[in-house]
Amino acid sequence: MVVEILFYAFAAVLVGAAVGLITSRNPVHSALFLVLAFFTSAAIWLMLDAEFLALLLVVVYVGAVMVLFLFVVMMLDINVEELRRGFTRYAPLGAVVAFIMVVEIINVVWVRKLGLELAQAAPPLPVDYSNTEALGRVLYTDYVYPFEIAAVILLVAIIAAIVLTMRHRPGLKIQNVASQVAVRRQDRVRVVPMESVRRPAQDERAAGEEGETP
Amino acid sequence: MSPESTSLFSQLMAIWLATPEIVRITVLVVAVMLTVVIVVALLTLAERKVIGFMQLRIGPNRVNIPFIPIRGLGQPFADVIKLLMKEIILPARASRALFLTAPIISVTAAFATWAVIPFSPEFVLADINAGLLYVLALTSMGVYGIIIAGWATNSKYAFLGAMRAAAQMVSYEIAMGFALVGVLMAAGSLNLGEIVRAQSGGALAWNWFWLLPLVFVYFISGVAETNRAPFDVAEGESEIVAGFHVEYSGASFATLFALPEYANMILISALAPILFFGGWLSPFDGYLAADGALGLLAAPSFFWLAFKISIFLFIYLWLRATFPRYRYDQIMRLGWKVLIPVTLVWLVAEGVMAWFQVGPWAVTGGMQ
Repeated sequence: MVVEILFYAFAAVLVGAAVGLITSRNPVHSALFLVLAFFTSAAIWLMLDAEFLALLLVVVYVGAVMVLFLFVVMMLDINVEELRRGFTRYAPLGAVVAFIMVVEIINVVWVRKLGLELAQAAPPLPVDYSNTEALGRVLYTDYVYPFEIAAVILLVAIIAAIVLTMRHRPGLKIQNVASQVAVRRQDRVRVVPMESVRRPAQDERAAGEEGETP
Repeated sequence: MSPESTSLFSQLMAIWLATPEIVRITVLVVAVMLTVVIVVALLTLAERKVIGFMQLRIGPNRVNIPFIPIRGLGQPFADVIKLLMKEIILPARASRALFLTAPIISVTAAFATWAVIPFSPEFVLADINAGLLYVLALTSMGVYGIIIAGWATNSKYAFLGAMRAAAQMVSYEIAMGFALVGVLMAAGSLNLGEIVRAQSGGALAWNWFWLLPLVFVYFISGVAETNRAPFDVAEGESEIVAGFHVEYSGASFATLFALPEYANMILISALAPILFFGGWLSPFDGYLAADGALGLLAAPSFFWLAFKISIFLFIYLWLRATFPRYRYDQIMRLGWKVLIPVTLVWLVAEGVMAWFQVGPWAVTGGMQ
């Protein structure tokens, strides 16, 4: 009973956030709605005992990806009206995609109703079951080569993105941190020994002023 | 113990066990939250007193609590009353809903993390398997309070502060995550209680001995994550006035800035002992006989954890009194080019040690 109430509450928030994401006029509000949607789906995953995936969704998407996304969206002054101009042109395509997705979901629900073995909900897990451990075991034993290949592809993507932004144009100012740190006092400051000099003119005037005061 | 008090105690215990579970959980949650709030209040006083001492001043010494001979003890409570009484100002062009949501997000993220902290061998609010991951997830939520506050204020200074905070948090989260991976490898568990238990056996069996570089990386990125000096460019009062909280006042200032910042400081200082310094375990465990005269010193207890937390809090204050603020590009360089490579190297070193069964891995076989 409590589980159902919680599920419908989270589902309502999730749908609301998704609607807000596509209807709000301000791109920053849209990004924040997306954050809410991610967080709520993480909560629903938690209810399905997938705590590792749920927390990872929050750490990766909410904590890192969306922060960078917001960073960019807040910096750019996006004109929403201009983006909406193509709405009617792309609306039929969007409708087709939405229709396919609805059909797929109906299909899944229908197949489950047939009572087939493969479409049944997973049996409840034992209390001491840790899906972090289970995932780790599978990833690093059975699927270690696909996992490593995926990691290498990601590394290549990172390096490619960095190389694309590195443009060596002339006149670029770059700090050389090593040389900054290696600076010694002698390079920047010169101590000049000087003798302190009494300036006679000033002394006389001071003496004269002193003498005149009654 | 007299029979009367025993019966009173057992009666209370019976009443406690008879209450519905949801009431018990609520009482415990409120108790932990209140403790954190009170420690936050005392920490603000300690900060001013310690920094005052380091700068040859006295610090707050006017507001006293009767019969307690510590001068200025009433100062944090006077501050709280002042902040709650003040008007909450809404800037005219601010995004009203988000402006008021930001403090709530900040304070929620700061308090929710305390659910998985093991205070003593018996007491933890939620003993969940993926505790460490939960901590990481919620500390990364905290940055939204700052970003939303900076953006919703609709002011250049606040916005600059928010941008700085976002970049800094994302960078240091990586270094901190890698440092935590090292702890995982040593303990073989994500559960914070298990991590502490894996370190049992006296001060040299704690994680810090084999993970010393990670201790430094963890604490430096912890200071950066909480936006404290010398990494407090998000506020940078000399450059961008006060950064993200420049337009906040009264209670909204207290909940956006003061309460979460100090609660997060205490959290980082509590995680440091749990991850690296044996949590509630005693440093003399195994060196003093448990049934000897000093056996109490060797027993694990909440007081050891509290003692270790206060040491790390003192280091926080000490850093603030000692170092000037980093430049923004220096912060980025330290995070990406120094801390992350250090953690990567040490993770490899740890893997090699575990493979050859050196150090703690010879005994516990954490990696198997």
